[in-house]
Amino acid sequence: MLRIKGLSKRYRTGDLALKGIDLDVPDGQVMALIGPSGAGKSTVIRCINRLVEPTSGTVMLNDVEITTLGRGDLRRARQRMGMIFQEYALVERLSVMENVLSGRLGTVGFWRSFFRRFPQSDIDEAFRLLARVGLDHMADKRADELSGGQRQRVGICRALIQNPDLLLVDEPTASLDPKTSRQIMRLIKELCAERKLSAIINIHDVMLAQMFAERIVGLQLGAIVYDGPPDGLTAEALTTIYGEEDWSATIRKVDDETDHENIAAPELPSRHRLAGLT
Amino acid sequence: MATAIKDGTKVWQRRERGAQFATWAVYLVGVAIFVYCWDLISERTIWAFALDAPAQAADLAARMVPPDWNSIHGLWRPIWDTLNIATLGTVMAIVVALPIAYCAAQNTTPSTAFVRPLALFLIVSSRSINSLIWALMLVTIIGPGVLAGILSIGLRSIGFCAKLLYEAIEEIDESQVEAVRATGASGAQVTAYGIVPQVLPAFAGISVFRWDINIRESTVLGLVGAGGIGLPLNSAITTLAWTQVSLILLVIIATVVVSEWVSAKVRHAII
Repeated sequence: MLRIKGLSKRYRTGDLALKGIDLDVPDGQVMALIGPSGAGKSTVIRCINRLVEPTSGTVMLNDVEITTLGRGDLRRARQRMGMIFQEYALVERLSVMENVLSGRLGTVGFWRSFFRRFPQSDIDEAFRLLARVGLDHMADKRADELSGGQRQRVGICRALIQNPDLLLVDEPTASLDPKTSRQIMRLIKELCAERKLSAIINIHDVMLAQMFAERIVGLQLGAIVYDGPPDGLTAEALTTIYGEEDWSATIRKVDDETDHENIAAPELPSRHRLAGLT
Repeated sequence: MATAIKDGTKVWQRRERGAQFATWAVYLVGVAIFVYCWDLISERTIWAFALDAPAQAADLAARMVPPDWNSIHGLWRPIWDTLNIATLGTVMAIVVALPIAYCAAQNTTPSTAFVRPLALFLIVSSRSINSLIWALMLVTIIGPGVLAGILSIGLRSIGFCAKLLYEAIEEIDESQVEAVRATGASGAQVTAYGIVPQVLPAFAGISVFRWDINIRESTVLGLVGAGGIGLPLNSAITTLAWTQVSLILLVIIATVVVSEWVSAKVRHAII
């Protein structure tokens, strides 16, 4: 259970990015955070694992107050939160395996990690995860040899090998084509369901958010202006989040796609759906 | 800015009229200075000497051939010293440059207020003194020999390596570092996994490039007594043994060609 209370962030430039946000994410919930550019979506996520230091407010993950942790405790808390990035943020010159194993850095001493002597249990888990996302044959490839979709799946493995309680996902599909975007979002959703993980997913694409999240939170200028189910995103709701625009096409398309998704999904055995991922 | 309306159509020029005249004026001043300096130099040149330069050069060239191949046995040791001066000096420079670069890079420095200016000062002071001048000073301090050469090459190279390296560190992709930090890695682990892999190619390239430069620089250090091939070169010139001079120059050229070839190969292999 993630509990955010009165979270605000003022950057050194004086910009008030977050204006006292209250947000509870129960265990196992996949939540999408939508909003225009500059609304503070990335800041919310980065304040949770303190890649950005919040100015005020509290963040509690399973009753651990994160905002006041010292350095060592913060590292342990970060272990409990997996993060997935917009441009994958893999270490390009390291192999796929090294990138996945870097998710275990918090549990391994410096010299063991320096000589890549990870425990066999971590290596087993890495192979298992890579097989799960269909990349086990790529373990020794360098990360920069992979395609966008493959890289993002390595990024997902890196987050999951931490065995986290919460996934922080920052624009996972922003640099992917529409088909790969859907595959990645479906994968994240399936993995969250398998592991009963909760997730906060920053996403630009309203349709994708509606297709794959069970709850949508709309952020505008650092404040929450919508919090509800995906089908509650009416034209009025979208207008309060993003501003005046003709939303009819967006909403109708969403209905079409979700229908299509609902019909198509049960027909295909899961093996076939995964085949597109490899 | 440089858009104007003429006869109802918008015309665009690169500069406005005033700016264009100013540009021409700057060119004019440049040409005037060049002509003035040309005049000044030619006035103070003894043309009798300059005009018989081709004859002098031909004379010197004639005295240089054939190279005195018999004296080559005395050159193996100095050229070996030269290679050692360059290589050990480079190694020393890299070892010292690494922490300095880490402290000088904006994104890794422990403190921008104190440590970074200090590191930058070390870099500037090392770079601003030529290795020949370092050698002059070190020969008086620790006496003539190879050690003075190694130290002067090393001291000169610290700034070069540290500067290029800290620029490489500042250019890394921060999101990769952020991703490693987000896993709960310690500071040292973030450096080893997030920064080192990104800087490694630049590091290898800089080291080999500097080694290549140092081989050329260390050939002259002997002129001031700091060991290497410059020592016999100096004595050959002062005794007017021109056939020996030409042989030494040939040996230097061969060494530099080999070092260029090696560094190109190494750079290609690592990057």
